Amino acid sequence: MVSKRSLCVLCGLTLILAGSPARAETIRVTIEKLVFSPAEISVAVGDVVEWQNNDVMAHTATVKGDFDIAIPPGGTAALTVTKAGTFDYFCRFHPNMKARLQVW
Amino acid sequence: MYARLTSALALACLINGAALAADNKVTDPQIAHIAYTAGVIDIEAAKQALQMSKDKEVLAFANDMLRDHEAVNKQALDLVKKLNVTPEDNDTSRALAKAAAEERDRLAKLSGADFDKAYVANEVAYHKQVNGALETLLIPSAKNADLKDLLETGLKLFQGHQQHAEHVAAMMK
Repeated sequence: MVSKRSLCVLCGLTLILAGSPARAETIRVTIEKLVFSPAEISVAVGDVVEWQNNDVMAHTATVKGDFDIAIPPGGTAALTVTKAGTFDYFCRFHPNMKARLQVW
Repeated sequence: MYARLTSALALACLINGAALAADNKVTDPQIAHIAYTAGVIDIEAAKQALQMSKDKEVLAFANDMLRDHEAVNKQALDLVKKLNVTPEDNDTSRALAKAAAEERDRLAKLSGADFDKAYVANEVAYHKQVNGALETLLIPSAKNADLKDLLETGLKLFQGHQQHAEHVAAMMK
């Protein structure tokens, strides 16, 4: 039997959850055979971009004068996005690897 | 310069040979050997640069080459083992190795900025040559799908290295 009091608590909790702002998401980019996939992603400020490197060689996700994320072979690396804009990033070791990060 | 010409000649013969004579095709065991040799050559070049250079950018580039080519050659060895293929030495591999040895001897006589410039210029030229061979001969000739796949990844890697080398060369000017 559910008491009146616990019902009230439950209702209150539901209201709080419904009213809270959208939670940060983690968006995954896979690197395989020297290709970022997807090549273009769109995320919100506060979201996390996580790169999964399936290659045997190290890569980076780099924007000159901005971020420079080292992604070890067979490993992952993450970036919490802090500002809006369009970021064309590349791999410092293999500059032919290019992708785009759109932040809104 | 002579070494670079010899190496260019070796690859040019390889490419022309394939274009002209259908019976002169390279086999998968030979392709595996050529690709592995091409990696070893760049590893040797990187080791020489690590010994001779004092330039931060050049040293970083050489370390990148060493790391990547060792990783890919390990992958290549794992693949030939899996496929039960024994890489077969051949005239192209021998010509490439000979040209590379001559290039190393030439570079060994240089020092300082002269060495750095010559090493990076040769890295640009060498990766360009290997890319040409991969695109026009090695990839089209490869029969095994796994080997072809590894070569295609190798091409992207070498193209990346060529751009990286061009970037380092541009910064030195």
